[in-house]
Amino acid sequence: MDWQFLAFSLAKILVVFAVVMTMVAYAVLVERKVSAFIQDRVGPNRANPFFARYIPYLGMKLVRWGIFQPMADALKAILKEDYTPAHVRKVYFWIAPALAMVPALLTLAVIPFGSQLGAQKMVIADLDVGVLYTFGIVSLGVYGIVLAGYAANSKYPFLGGIRSSAQMISYEIAMGLSVIPVFLLVGSLNLSDVIGAQSGSLLAWHVFKQPVAFFVFLVAAFAETNRLPFDLPEAETELVGGYHTEYSSMKFALFFLGEYAAMISVSAMMVTLFFGGWTLPFLGLDQPAQSLWVGLLHILIFFLKLCVLLVGIIWVRWMLPRFRYDQLMDLGWRRFIPVALANIVVTAGVLAMMHR
Amino acid sequence: MTDLLFVLFSALALLCGFLTVANPFTRSPVASALFLVLTMVWLAGLFVLLHAFFIAAVQILVYAGAVMVLFLFVIMLLDLREEERRRWNRFGVAAGLISVLGLLGITAVTLLRATPDGTGDAQLEGATHALGLMLFRQYLLPFEIVSVLLLVAMLGVILLSKRELK
Repeated sequence: MDWQFLAFSLAKILVVFAVVMTMVAYAVLVERKVSAFIQDRVGPNRANPFFARYIPYLGMKLVRWGIFQPMADALKAILKEDYTPAHVRKVYFWIAPALAMVPALLTLAVIPFGSQLGAQKMVIADLDVGVLYTFGIVSLGVYGIVLAGYAANSKYPFLGGIRSSAQMISYEIAMGLSVIPVFLLVGSLNLSDVIGAQSGSLLAWHVFKQPVAFFVFLVAAFAETNRLPFDLPEAETELVGGYHTEYSSMKFALFFLGEYAAMISVSAMMVTLFFGGWTLPFLGLDQPAQSLWVGLLHILIFFLKLCVLLVGIIWVRWMLPRFRYDQLMDLGWRRFIPVALANIVVTAGVLAMMHR
Repeated sequence: MTDLLFVLFSALALLCGFLTVANPFTRSPVASALFLVLTMVWLAGLFVLLHAFFIAAVQILVYAGAVMVLFLFVIMLLDLREEERRRWNRFGVAAGLISVLGLLGITAVTLLRATPDGTGDAQLEGATHALGLMLFRQYLLPFEIVSVLLLVAMLGVILLSKRELK
């Protein structure tokens, strides 16, 4: 085993983990600010730590922007009483929040978030079966929800757990089928190759080559991350809060943050699969970086694309009403799966004609 | 390092497999199902050590991610108390013995045929492309037969569920 490889991998894991956790915290803030903007409110503007007033000029502005709100939220989640109801199944009750959080983070291991810095490729694990790994891990995310519903040992969380796992399993199929045309075009399951295939021009991006695949993937991503318009798992206003009804404090926060981590990883997947990853089709930014600065620029490009998608996902939440459960199932099984299948057949047919 | 990981993964797979069928602490089928999931995960680890990345990923995706979730689903919707009371069952023991003996036979035949110096076809390691070509050329007939089996299972489910509606 190569020690240099181990050290670099460990460093990459730590950096990605730190960045993603910070992004999760601030995604919550963005969510609240965007919702406030859409509903003509101000949003969080009161978190005011003692050191804020010592920051010259910016201090009070940062307070008004809510920059310190995530810290206050985290403190609240940690310090609140961690209450375990007497009737729950203890072991599962403790495992479920972790299982809800971990898969979303593991998915990020195969996402190339930059070309290279020096000789290091900016991806934690450059797997040849990258996308299969991602779907494998994503499919494990259901366990957190199933077990949370089961662990609560009372009817409404249980029904909530069944409801959301049925939703996730259904849309996983549409999601898996929707990306197959992309890999038919690329001819490889490696995500770095997928990005390589999208360099050259803007029209090489798969979002333009495969708009149907992108649309199905996008909608399935909303359902997989339990976001509105498909947030039936939660649906707090009309159904009892779903699988995490019995949870409080940090355990609840893990479910909540898990949702945002899943949002980030699914957006990262979309950037990689459909928006050319770290490339931009001009100024020669679509080739692996030769110098350190270009390498950093590639990471910045990836990060910006990711943020645009995240804000888009958040925006949609406050724009669309919730689907009814039967509509959701109908949409998944009777619309999207046939559309995705037809897209595979058409793409394969066209490719076969072209390669004749 | 690889040997160490091999020992670790196989020991954990055996342990979890044992806990699936004979858990001394609980007779809850949910616990059994979850230990079976863990067994699948460790088996995937063993596949990775063999450089069979595709098989490893599919193992997690299909067995741990899809099949076992549905198992868990069905188990949770059943009346578990009745299941916990149940003891030995002649049909179950016979079916279990037959399947174990069958699997042992397959393993023995494979081991006898295997070359002692490791892998037979190094070209196949981890290569999805090569695997796909073999699946659709050399092993097309078994592949299609398995598909028909799945189709039969699906039709059976539709038939059973429709009968109750009428």
